[in-house]
Amino acid sequence: MSTERNGKSKSLGLETTGICKPVSRREAMRRGLIGTAGLWLTDRLAPGILAAVTQPAAKAAAPAVKVKAKSVIQIFLWGGMSHNDTWDPKPDSGYDYTGALKTAIPTKVDGIQLGELFPELAKQTDKFSLIRSMTHRNFGHETAAYLMQTGHTPGERLAYPSVGAVFALSKNATYKGLIPPFVVMTQPAGRFSEAGFLPGKYKPFATGGDPNAARFEVEGVVARGITDERQKARREFLQKMNTLGNSMAQNPQVAASADAEKQAYNLILGEGKDVFDLSKEKSELRDKFGRNTFGQECLVARRLVEAGVPYIVINYPAGWDSHKDHFQTMRRQCPQLDQGLAMLFQDLHDHGLLESTIVWCSGEFGRTPKVDWQPPWNGGRGHYGNVFTVLAGGGGFKGGQVVGSSDAKAEEPKDRPVYPVDFLGSIYALAGIDPNGLLPHPLGIEAKVLPLGEEGVKSNGILKEIM
Amino acid sequence: MKAPLISAVVFVTVLSGAVAPGQAQDPFIGLGGGVPETQIDKFVFPKLAQLGAHPAMCSDAVFIRRVFLDMLGTVPTAKEAREFILDQDRNKRRALVERVLQRDEYADYWAMKWSDILRVKAEFPVNLWPNAAQAYHRWIRASMAENKPYDKFVREMLTSSGSNYRVGPVNFYRAVQNKTPEGIAIATAMVFMGSRAEFWPKHYLPGMKMFFTQIGFKPTREWKEEVVFWDPSKITNNVPQMATFPDGTQVQLPADRDPREVFADWLIKPENPWFTLNIVNRMWSWLLGRGIIHEPDDIRSNNPPSNPALLAYLQKELVASRYDMKHIFRLILNSRTYQITSVVRYNSAQAEANFGSYPLRRLDAEVLIDVINKITGTSDLYTSAIPEPFTFIPDNKPAVALPDGSISSSFLELFGRSPRATGMENERVYKPLPSQRLHMLNSSHIQRKIEEGPKMKAMFEGKRKAREIADDLYLTILSRFPNGDEARLAEAHANSKVVKGQEGWIDVAWALMNSIEFLYRH
Repeated sequence: MSTERNGKSKSLGLETTGICKPVSRREAMRRGLIGTAGLWLTDRLAPGILAAVTQPAAKAAAPAVKVKAKSVIQIFLWGGMSHNDTWDPKPDSGYDYTGALKTAIPTKVDGIQLGELFPELAKQTDKFSLIRSMTHRNFGHETAAYLMQTGHTPGERLAYPSVGAVFALSKNATYKGLIPPFVVMTQPAGRFSEAGFLPGKYKPFATGGDPNAARFEVEGVVARGITDERQKARREFLQKMNTLGNSMAQNPQVAASADAEKQAYNLILGEGKDVFDLSKEKSELRDKFGRNTFGQECLVARRLVEAGVPYIVINYPAGWDSHKDHFQTMRRQCPQLDQGLAMLFQDLHDHGLLESTIVWCSGEFGRTPKVDWQPPWNGGRGHYGNVFTVLAGGGGFKGGQVVGSSDAKAEEPKDRPVYPVDFLGSIYALAGIDPNGLLPHPLGIEAKVLPLGEEGVKSNGILKEIM
Repeated sequence: MKAPLISAVVFVTVLSGAVAPGQAQDPFIGLGGGVPETQIDKFVFPKLAQLGAHPAMCSDAVFIRRVFLDMLGTVPTAKEAREFILDQDRNKRRALVERVLQRDEYADYWAMKWSDILRVKAEFPVNLWPNAAQAYHRWIRASMAENKPYDKFVREMLTSSGSNYRVGPVNFYRAVQNKTPEGIAIATAMVFMGSRAEFWPKHYLPGMKMFFTQIGFKPTREWKEEVVFWDPSKITNNVPQMATFPDGTQVQLPADRDPREVFADWLIKPENPWFTLNIVNRMWSWLLGRGIIHEPDDIRSNNPPSNPALLAYLQKELVASRYDMKHIFRLILNSRTYQITSVVRYNSAQAEANFGSYPLRRLDAEVLIDVINKITGTSDLYTSAIPEPFTFIPDNKPAVALPDGSISSSFLELFGRSPRATGMENERVYKPLPSQRLHMLNSSHIQRKIEEGPKMKAMFEGKRKAREIADDLYLTILSRFPNGDEARLAEAHANSKVVKGQEGWIDVAWALMNSIEFLYRH
């Protein structure tokens, strides 16, 4: 088993989930986290390829990075959130740049200021760092989102998988949970295929439903109004009625379908689905996350991390593409983002999970620093890829640091520009995934995790200063 | 108790007569005598006999469902299935094939298949943009509807010039992720030659890409509009341009002619080694689940056809019929080979490669949701993440007819709709995933359709005999009558104590919709 092969210190397996109290295999089975026979990812890739992806970078020149991250929570702010109004405030840049949001507030860490809409996050700045010199100069939603989630240039020949799909691939051998390895709340982004050229099983599992509803109805896992008794009865009935399937049970297609069905029922009838049941959490804790969809998604994300799920994406439940009504949008959405994200850091910390869990939050780009007061925008901000801010903490990322900076009005990087490959390369390094590893392409075309050293790919190296 | 299973490795195949309703007979194997032997069968059956495989024919019920799914991307209505099964005409299968070839759904379904291969998608990774994707799809659909000769269809794509919004086929050159001459050459070889140019010996691709070095793309004043045209000014020196056809023949490109036309002329000649081979092999694989050369887009000398004579025959028929695609479909559909059952006992790779059984294939994502909507009387919502131009999809539009790969739903993504990134046949995913089974077995999306769909309700409501409800459910969902055992089991479940009211029949419908017979082409 690869857990043993990798050695205990590097183990990415479920058994060591939770820093404080390792979960035994028996315990994990009791909780329904481990399937008896079926796994979500049972196929084996060509050994060379799998090894290439999971072996930590062994090159002499490669920086030694301690592998700490077991899980990642990615909070994606679709549409692109303004950096000026949030995590890179420029209170002295004048009204044409700040609009009405001209106040920056002090935070727990001396010298780090945040925009006035983030009082809760200000209390947690010791737990995360801000990359204020993120840049890719791409202004299209779909291309910029692809860049930020794959590290690859949109013009390349292949459609690469997102970082979540690469995680799912690399955990193929070690993750044994019943919950799929790559979970998205609640809807997939839909702008690019997250699995790229990888097989369909590396696509994210989208929960659907609303964790802030009375019952979080995870599509397919938690059904409405069907008793367990009826579930069991109709499962038995289905077996009897499956005339064609029964008459050719030896057929490989039928066997594969039966196997998938068995795994599905392990989740439907087992205890694994309890991870989505927020009634198991204290009501006061739920309140602290914010009784709104995003806040409760953050709580579910922590529960998924506890269950060992390697990669979790929260696609923010509202858009940030504020060409118009920009300041109203910020005043409406930022307080929920502030509360949920701040509480997520606190809660991961309280559960001893922050050391092994990366949390990162960003949009595909920022927004134009200068406010457009002309009609029809009437105080809006456009797309902006020249510089923006990414928030990242936990899983080996230090807290309380600022990487790079933008110029006086947050229009250009001032020092230490950070490119998508630098940031994603850092996440991969902390998770022990070799950025030069090969991904299995269906045609056998050479495809690397990241396009390091390729023509036209800018890089300033991984973020050693915060690792 | 279950009826004993009739093995398909029967020594002589004829099980005479249509399967009458209610008989406890194998519902999947049927009439063999009524289907005459065709030329195709003369190439296939002797090889099967050598392998010791003597397959039975599928039943009438299986046949009508198979032809509908393969040719139209839908299932017959209960009425159509019932009438066909009970029809006593000996030539009814042949007559059905003719009717199916004339139906409107034909154009929608085959436009969808071609749109996968031609990568008709507004946004990432090919970035056609919505208006252009719609124009491209409109042109493909119209070509299918009029049964445009295949050579003409290809030539229009390779040689057209004009606006991406007005001249659909120019988008062939825009629907590639890598719009360099080399990228275009690779896409051209993949689509029209079934060949993976990435693996050609080194000097072939640079020779072929020369045909695509003079393509110009220029913007207009309309947002994202682009004109594709022959741009000889791309050649700045006066050196004669040499290009090489993929068969190794060198040619000097005339200065007064669009090199794309030179290439198209070479490609479309009847004696071109790839052109007809590629298309008849693909068409065969679309109906029989695997190519005579497999995979169908991996034609190369060290990947030989399993039946060269059959392939040559189909190529000859295509040329003789003036590239009539429906003619080839008709030949295949009317063959006994196409009508072999899926239920066979032998499980050898050899028999499989020689078409000794009709292979199970899960329904395409779009087809599956369309069929579910059709039998329940419900609809789904399809949206595009691209805000402009605002996309409105009417409720009754089937997923098969969606014009653009960027217009989607979480169901379509979950069930492996093609991402339309490379145009390869294997981009569409048929492998069953646990998350798909979760969705079919236990999602509110599907459960609601069964509970509240007007067509379902109509079957359960009123004072109807159990047998009538069972017949309707089977004909609607599986296109056949239940056999005696099945009807008894259904009634017993509907009356069991675990369920109340209509829940029992709802669960019968649910079970049928989760059966292999429903989920897979068979």
